[in-house]
Amino acid sequence: MIDYNRYLNSSIRSLSPSGIRKFFDIANEMENVISLSIGEPDFQTPWHIRDEGIRSLEKGKTWYSPNRGFADLLKEITNYYERRFSLTYNPSEQTLVTVGGSEAIDLAFRTLVEEGDEVIIPQPAFVCYNPLCVMAGGVPVNINTKNEDKFRLKAADLEAAITPKTKMLVLPFPNNPTGAIMERRDLEEIAEVVKRHDLMVLSDEIYCELTYGGRNHVSIASIDGMYERTVVINGFSKSYAMTGWRLGYALGPAPIISQMTKLHQYGIMSAPTTAQYAAIEALKNGDRDVKRMRDEYDMRRRLVVDSFNDMGLTCFEPLGAFYVFPCIQSTGLSSEEFCTRLIMEKHVAVVPGTAFGDCGEGFVRVSYSYSLKHLQVALARIREFLGELNHGSQAEGAC
Amino acid sequence: MDKLLNLLCTNSQFSVAELSAMLGEPEDYIKAQIKEYEAKGIIKGYQAVVNWEDVEDSYVEALIELKVTPKKETGFDEMAQMCMAFDEVESVYLMAGVYDFALIVRGETMQDIAMFVAKKLSTIDGVLSTGTHFIMRRYKDRGMNLTDTDSKDERSLIL
Repeated sequence: MIDYNRYLNSSIRSLSPSGIRKFFDIANEMENVISLSIGEPDFQTPWHIRDEGIRSLEKGKTWYSPNRGFADLLKEITNYYERRFSLTYNPSEQTLVTVGGSEAIDLAFRTLVEEGDEVIIPQPAFVCYNPLCVMAGGVPVNINTKNEDKFRLKAADLEAAITPKTKMLVLPFPNNPTGAIMERRDLEEIAEVVKRHDLMVLSDEIYCELTYGGRNHVSIASIDGMYERTVVINGFSKSYAMTGWRLGYALGPAPIISQMTKLHQYGIMSAPTTAQYAAIEALKNGDRDVKRMRDEYDMRRRLVVDSFNDMGLTCFEPLGAFYVFPCIQSTGLSSEEFCTRLIMEKHVAVVPGTAFGDCGEGFVRVSYSYSLKHLQVALARIREFLGELNHGSQAEGAC
Repeated sequence: MDKLLNLLCTNSQFSVAELSAMLGEPEDYIKAQIKEYEAKGIIKGYQAVVNWEDVEDSYVEALIELKVTPKKETGFDEMAQMCMAFDEVESVYLMAGVYDFALIVRGETMQDIAMFVAKKLSTIDGVLSTGTHFIMRRYKDRGMNLTDTDSKDERSLIL
């Protein structure tokens, strides 16, 4: 028998697997499970966008694209950032099309981080940052954002986490799993600290089109003095419901993007050609779809937030993404117990907050990327679950 | 477009509390607004969308094209009124194109509908011709998928 451990890279072996596998396994085996756990749009890619992908195939456009991506797409991406966020990037030097935002995140870490560099990563956050930072040789330093701050990153907390080894800050807003956003004044405070300590910022703006309550997303790159310190990560998955097409991009200073492009060239060659043709159509003619989906999410968001607050699971008003992050401490259960019992007793799947960092304890992530009808049924079951819990003992919550 | 009306069109059974939450408006406002729509005849009624295929003793329906001569004084309206008066007629639409009216007609059998068209509709003074198209199967009705093709959520990633 071969001892594969002798061959396997020890850094990879020591990465912890995603924390919620267990739930998934339970959910998959169970009949009649109603899930509020999915982290992607329920909408299909709008037809005119799909059609452009199909058309490119019909025309036989089945070759690699240039490493950075098709020139037309690069141009549309920079037009989009100009039009939406008043940020000007050069399509041929400051833009790179990647396989999803995830690849761009990986490239940015590997391009900017050296052995022993500390990277500040706020939590709760999407699960990829810590492992990718580690694989780049970096040391993740997690800052816990708090319910009372609406899960926004505070400048004082950032300041306190900085050491002489700190090189970079990851800014994952609008945030998965909390739904938190950062407004201009929040970003201005963060920018002050970043500039004072001469840091770089990786701004993951994949949910930038999903902000509510009249707040448009603000990119930290648009704050004075931050353009030259920021690598913006974005993509088509969330804004245009194009998750399966696997298409993202990075925008930033030319010297950084050119090094990222080199890595991308060796590891990936180029992003999928069909997806790029579809994405050009999305950026040219997709604004109405984005608005339609955002309006629909917004109605669901209001319904879900209102229901949780009404059930006694307090929930700050999330202004971004498609998640709510209710506090479940009043039930006296841990996040994991809550989720396990909810799925066993009511067949409703939500994700424990702890899947997104230890500080997610006491919270669960609920996705509202589902039809209103589906949400109504799921919320009714959660209400029943809480009603039955209340017959037992009840602990006093802290939030 | 009016968000409240759109929501009610997707599901008229949303509670006032749900509508109020979704639209970010007070419940009293929602109640008053619905009352007003009803009073003004903007909301005409509330009906169930039934998948009749799964019901025994079901109906047959047909789309009838009607070419007519408009009346001098009343144009198409008088003809429309006459068509509407039949219980068999579910819907009446004035169309642009090669024919004038589209009617949805309901009967218990195809024979019923054929006889209705032959005896009642085509004999109306001013009707020039009719064309009968039986509805074989309903896939989507009033925005609702009547098949079970979309019931499976194929998404698989959680985070």
